[in-house]
Amino acid sequence: MDKVLGILNGMEFTIGDSLLELSYLIAALLFVYGLKLLSHPATARTGNLWAAGGMGLAMVTTLLLHKDANGSGIPLTNVWIILAAIGVGSAIGWMIARKIKMTAMPQLVSLYNATGGAASMLVALLEYPNAVAGDVGSILVTVLGLIIGAIAFSGSMIAFAKLDGRVGDIMKPFMTYLNLVLLIVTLGFGAYIVISPNPPAEMVWAIYALLAISLVYGVMFVFPIGGADMPVVISLLNSLTGIAAAMAGFIYSNQAMILGGILVGAAGMILTMLMCKAMNRSLLNVILGSFGGGGAAAAGGDQGTVKEIQLSDAAVLLSYSQKIVVIPGYGLAVAQAQHIAHELDMLLEGKGVEVKYAIHPVAGRMPGHMNVLLAEADVPYENLVEMDDINPDMPNVDVAIVIGANDVVNPAAYDDPSSPIYGMPIIDAHLAKNIIIMKRGMGKGYAGIENFLFFNDKTRMLFGDAKSSISKLVTEIKSM
Amino acid sequence: MEQVLQFFFEYKQAIFIIALSIFVGIEVISNVPAVLHTPLMSGANAISGVIIIGGIILVGHADLTSFSLSLVLGILALIFGTLNVVGGFAVTDRMLEMFKKKKK
Repeated sequence: MDKVLGILNGMEFTIGDSLLELSYLIAALLFVYGLKLLSHPATARTGNLWAAGGMGLAMVTTLLLHKDANGSGIPLTNVWIILAAIGVGSAIGWMIARKIKMTAMPQLVSLYNATGGAASMLVALLEYPNAVAGDVGSILVTVLGLIIGAIAFSGSMIAFAKLDGRVGDIMKPFMTYLNLVLLIVTLGFGAYIVISPNPPAEMVWAIYALLAISLVYGVMFVFPIGGADMPVVISLLNSLTGIAAAMAGFIYSNQAMILGGILVGAAGMILTMLMCKAMNRSLLNVILGSFGGGGAAAAGGDQGTVKEIQLSDAAVLLSYSQKIVVIPGYGLAVAQAQHIAHELDMLLEGKGVEVKYAIHPVAGRMPGHMNVLLAEADVPYENLVEMDDINPDMPNVDVAIVIGANDVVNPAAYDDPSSPIYGMPIIDAHLAKNIIIMKRGMGKGYAGIENFLFFNDKTRMLFGDAKSSISKLVTEIKSM
Repeated sequence: MEQVLQFFFEYKQAIFIIALSIFVGIEVISNVPAVLHTPLMSGANAISGVIIIGGIILVGHADLTSFSLSLVLGILALIFGTLNVVGGFAVTDRMLEMFKKKKK
């Protein structure tokens, strides 16, 4: 025993330090475990709480036990300032999270992502002058944290503004090149700062300049990206915020930050790839925004005529069907038609009609957008069917109702090699026996791609705002 | 080449952690059903708020004897980080609660 104590005494450590590191280990494990649970429907809520617990633990122990290089802990005055800042952030965050409408979820996710990016950016900015000249490793992670955090911040703010309808898409052909140049300048300038032999304290001007360029790049990078590509961009920005946090973790050699950040980065990357796959496009293709005027080939073809349907006919058709599939898109979210859509499906279910919702992975503006929207309207989870599961059954479907969706049901994906969406997996609405398309007008979908489903012999159009169309339909069916 | 190898040697632990966490991240969330895409994203987003630890350390050891821009920015970083963490976890919980509710 004496021998053990002797060894322990010989080691330079305090109980506080080891407790702190231990708490980081536990926090990191809780992040992994929480994320694991989050990816299964039955355990998702518990998983979220575990991860939150890990975060709380790491915050408390850092506050109580962290010591600076001289071995002194956090002074009480600083503790109060930290608690006040945390209090303000918590109050605002909590209030927004409770009050926000579920339909505003894509904006909110972007906004929170922006705050995370901003925090990483600021931490990197403030730690830079403390770096030791010539310590390439730590300057590298600081610079990377700054660049990535800044891009995630300004990019997410633009994504937020777009989703909230405050700004539109701005896409000029030269922007692709401009962005490429900006990216090269950002990375080049970052590299210059990393390899510069000058002590960081003398390079503060450079780090602020780098911050400015990175912020501009973030703005320019998201601006040209079209609405339909939003799910890809949001998950990509999400991934970037994680990576930025991990880089900041290296500054402090903090394993909980590193692991948590990389974990989020990897998870966001998977989601990004899933979204790209669902659009049959490469990530590079989305970022460079080459979707532009690709509809030229389709526009030249003979389009045929569009046939409208009367409400009463639609009501009869739906009431006497056996199997109906609803295919929602972003238009459903815009019209806020999810509640009335659920009313319609319940009404029809009451008449013995089987109603399912077919969800395309990129329908809407963020991954899983339609699921959140329909869940808010209390549509049972079992009635939401993923694309690959519903497609084999489409020929048996009596009516496919397309609400505010366009590209995700466009058969050009199968048979028009010149179409920009050729090869993208779609929901096979065209195989259903009848198709009703609810649309505000004959405007083309995203990027002006003509949708030949509208001209299909089996298709009937129901023009008007989705919400009022469906509620008229509900009244009509009730009065039958 | 020698410099690259030296860089690797110096930061080997960090590089190991990165490589392994990427695999853990991919492994843990592969095969996530579409219904969970949004909650998973916003939950992961909240975890990336772990940057708040950096904010605590930064402000914790800041010099309070004189007013400085860094202190203000540090406090701002803390507020942003907390917004990300608390808001992210809270909204994820609310979403998942909604999913659960109608399972009955």
